[in-house]
Amino acid sequence: MSRYWYCLLGIVRREWLRFVLQRSRFFSALVRPLLWLVVFAAGFRAALGIAIIEPYDTYITYETYIVPGLACMILLFNGMQGSLAMVYDREMGSMRVLLTSPLPRAFLLACKLLATALISLLQVYAFLAIAWLYGVQPPLAGMLVALPALLLVALLLSALGLLLSNGIRQLENFAGVMNFVIFPLFFLSSALYPLWKMREASAWLYWLCALNPFTHAVELVRYALYERFNPLALAVCLGLTLLFSLLAVLTFNPQHAALRRAS
Amino acid sequence: MSALQVTDVSFSYGARQALESLTFSLEAGRFSALLGPNGAGKSTLIALLSRLYDLQQGEIQVAGHCLRQHPGLALAQLGVVFQQSTLDLDLSVEQNLRYHAALHGMAKAQALTRIDAELTRQQLSERRHDKVRDLNGGHRRRVEIARALLHQPHLLLLDEASVGLDPASRQALNQHVRKLCREEGLSVLWTTHLLDEVQNDDQLLILNKGRLVAQGDSATLCAAHGGSLTQAFAHLTETEAHP
Repeated sequence: MSRYWYCLLGIVRREWLRFVLQRSRFFSALVRPLLWLVVFAAGFRAALGIAIIEPYDTYITYETYIVPGLACMILLFNGMQGSLAMVYDREMGSMRVLLTSPLPRAFLLACKLLATALISLLQVYAFLAIAWLYGVQPPLAGMLVALPALLLVALLLSALGLLLSNGIRQLENFAGVMNFVIFPLFFLSSALYPLWKMREASAWLYWLCALNPFTHAVELVRYALYERFNPLALAVCLGLTLLFSLLAVLTFNPQHAALRRAS
Repeated sequence: MSALQVTDVSFSYGARQALESLTFSLEAGRFSALLGPNGAGKSTLIALLSRLYDLQQGEIQVAGHCLRQHPGLALAQLGVVFQQSTLDLDLSVEQNLRYHAALHGMAKAQALTRIDAELTRQQLSERRHDKVRDLNGGHRRRVEIARALLHQPHLLLLDEASVGLDPASRQALNQHVRKLCREEGLSVLWTTHLLDEVQNDDQLLILNKGRLVAQGDSATLCAAHGGSLTQAFAHLTETEAHP
């Protein structure tokens, strides 16, 4: 059992070291949601008043509404960043060090997922702290209650990233995949607007948003920040995390790249 | 017990047969050279031995452990230096080594002890905290060898480890690995397409177009096929090309 623990610690440590060495990544991860919060939300504040909806007990500002979505945006970008790192490691050869470990491959991949998720959480809490200073102040206890929700969402999106990376042949193809994944997931969700507003505009768009797993990730975090529980969101996030993780492990095969090149 | 036993291993990339019915064993504690021209299948064999690729046919045993049935036990006996560098350039020498030690389930204290020992042996102790990016090619290779030996494997695989090095560094690396073999009893499989890296007392395997065309003591093979290694290699590979 201890061998597995030391391996997990080593993988998390490596991801932390790489994160520390890429400080620009930390700041760019914060700039993106802060731009949305400070600029976009300010511009739409007047146009997008938010009626009383769960989990809020009163009218809220638009900035308050979008903070959970922006926190999940950080997790989404980091999940895809982790995927990019996997493709890069595969291209550069450093993946081989991981694969020649005597520990089970599924365990190694799970460690990578957890390491990526933990690094993402640091960025999310840095963003929540800045949002707090800006005036978006969920209950302090909610910040703690949201931790398991944020971790689950981070794992979900990291697993999705890993699954996608298994199908990407080259680094150059990654940008296109990111565009087809990140922006639809984010915009077709409740991150920026409540779903009831979408239903008023278009029924089919509403259903797209309602079925989008990212919507449930955002709602899970939204409820948790206000110390409330959303069972549907939890079930969807948990189920999809397990599904994506299983698929990612099953489809992970380093020789596929070589076999595809030969075909 | 042999260091490595390969039995009837074949592998194909789709329609292209890369390895065909390979069967050989490596004596423990000996320097073995796998020689073959470019495209012979050397790197494919290394990928199979290190379990980067799954076996399609045949069996591989590393220090008595079956790679298919007990991959963890087999990989624990194996240290690998790949042709393409696998060091994280942005991390220091020690950070790279600690990562590898963790992947083999080593606790911090044990890892640091082994890192001290291997860096001393590779004469790289003073470069411990340097970024790998700041090392020259020869030093990077020695860091990779140190890394491959951290978990004290029985068999060290080197896949064209000297590629990209200048002649002096190539020779130094080759001699260094041979010294490990002599003094530590380490079994070594050194793959190369460069004939001058092979010595008379090596166990020699010659691979050509995915088939093992010769195996045995280097001196014996040379005597049987023309006298020099160059002549033997040319004879064996040209005979395969034009039977």
